[in-house]
Amino acid sequence: MSLYRWGGFSNTKEFVGFDNFITLWNDVDFIQSFQNSILLIVVVAIFTLLIAVFFAAVLTKETIPGGNFFRVIFYVPNILSIVVIAGVFSAIYDPSSGLLNSIFGTLSLENFQQMWLGDQDIIIYSVAGALVWQAIGYYMVMYMSSMASIPPSFYEAASLEGASKWKQFTNITLPLIWNTIRTTLTFYIISTINLSFLLVKAMTGGGPDGSTEVFLSYMYDQAYGNSTYGYGMAIGVVVFIFSFALAAIVNHITKRDVLEY
Amino acid sequence: MSKSNGPRTEVLFKLFIYVALITLAIFIIVPVGWVFLASIKENAEFYGSPWAMPVGFHFENFIEAFNEAQMGEYLLNSIVVTVFALLILLVVALPAAYVLSRFKFRGNGFINSFVKAGLFINVSYIAVPIFLMLLDWNTVMNTIFGEGLLLNNRLVLAFIYAATALPFTIFLLSSYFETLPSDFEEAASIDGAGYYRTMFSVMLPMAIPSIVIVILFNFLLFWNEYILALTLMPGENQTLPVGLLNLMAAERSAVNYGPMYAGMVIVMLPTLILYIFVQKRLTQGMTVGGLKG
Repeated sequence: MSLYRWGGFSNTKEFVGFDNFITLWNDVDFIQSFQNSILLIVVVAIFTLLIAVFFAAVLTKETIPGGNFFRVIFYVPNILSIVVIAGVFSAIYDPSSGLLNSIFGTLSLENFQQMWLGDQDIIIYSVAGALVWQAIGYYMVMYMSSMASIPPSFYEAASLEGASKWKQFTNITLPLIWNTIRTTLTFYIISTINLSFLLVKAMTGGGPDGSTEVFLSYMYDQAYGNSTYGYGMAIGVVVFIFSFALAAIVNHITKRDVLEY
Repeated sequence: MSKSNGPRTEVLFKLFIYVALITLAIFIIVPVGWVFLASIKENAEFYGSPWAMPVGFHFENFIEAFNEAQMGEYLLNSIVVTVFALLILLVVALPAAYVLSRFKFRGNGFINSFVKAGLFINVSYIAVPIFLMLLDWNTVMNTIFGEGLLLNNRLVLAFIYAATALPFTIFLLSSYFETLPSDFEEAASIDGAGYYRTMFSVMLPMAIPSIVIVILFNFLLFWNEYILALTLMPGENQTLPVGLLNLMAAERSAVNYGPMYAGMVIVMLPTLILYIFVQKRLTQGMTVGGLKG
């Protein structure tokens, strides 16, 4: 379908070869959405990875009263509808009566008060914040299950030899869960592309002025809103290939020998 | 943080961990709890500090959401779609997964990899093509029967939901069936049970743990899904998330926040209640095969 020029009103399909892709190459809006998506993938993956691995390590290795309670709470955002998350974060980011700005207000840090969803430079990070918020619990549970299968004798041996907690983490935990982390990197790419679209669609609608437009929201707008189906599908094809290529590259770069235990 | 630093760093480390854990917990509990509180606030209260506790229980918000915003109707639609989608999914996926994991036949490997390839297809990519396909078929039906039934149809939506969830479900179920020892089937066939009997009376009861996980995951998926519902139901019969989306847009422009948060509570509450009951199973089940679309 991506090879046709296909308008919604005329309902005629015309074979145009790769014309759609050539238009796409020069489309400033698409490049903007491309940049936004890359930024989101990188930011969300890094922050979610760090936070999730940290909390997974803490909850599996330390004996904490109420650890189960924290695990249950951390997973809650994952079961909420993305529409609800969009609503919650609209309330948090609201400029006048939002939770975030009023916290800064009471701490008399007025400089930090922002138009979280109005400023073109900030809004993409606001979206990233919401995505990280909803992703932490899911990945944390994944890392926890992978860490739980590491035999405790490794840690006993390490602590007998006087290795600190940090040493134990970098030399035992990280190498042994490396494979899980690699798998989740692919998940980050796929799910960020997908969820950022759903969230942006529900929260900002791509605005203001295209500053939160991401891959698929642009595709959806072109195909469904603008009724230029052929062009929309061309975007879809490009995004699909891109996400595959990115996943393959990341997979290749992070390749290490799988350690058995 | 080496051992020679003594117990002092140990205490500090513990403290740090607690602060971090509690901070994240607050980050999650406060916004969700805040929505619950906001849903019983009166409209005037939204002009004050967002941290003020609600003055009284203002349940009119819920009544308004149900009556004026038709949330009740959307709730019913959501239930219908979710239940039918789960039924269709189980009826198709259970036998398919069983057969794919147990029987060797021509094309077995091809179908298996075909299902696995389906895991990579994302609903967001195919929402618009599905819409176009249904639109085309609708025009055909229009010329034959005089009316098109495929758009704005709850059953069609349920069918498509089930179809989009099939690859993941078959993948998860068949990997579970593979772990079951085949001795049971041999015993059943010695006792004279046919293929159907073996499947229904022997294998399915044994697969119940994984079936429960499948139902849970797909319930959350179908209940929360909105992009297909938005695309395929441009007219009536909208589901709850789409209804909420409309409500949010309408109430924000009308500066009438109460019903909006009431609507959010209506969407959230079923999943939260379910989660509280089954949270152990859900977080364990994720390790069986975790992939979120």
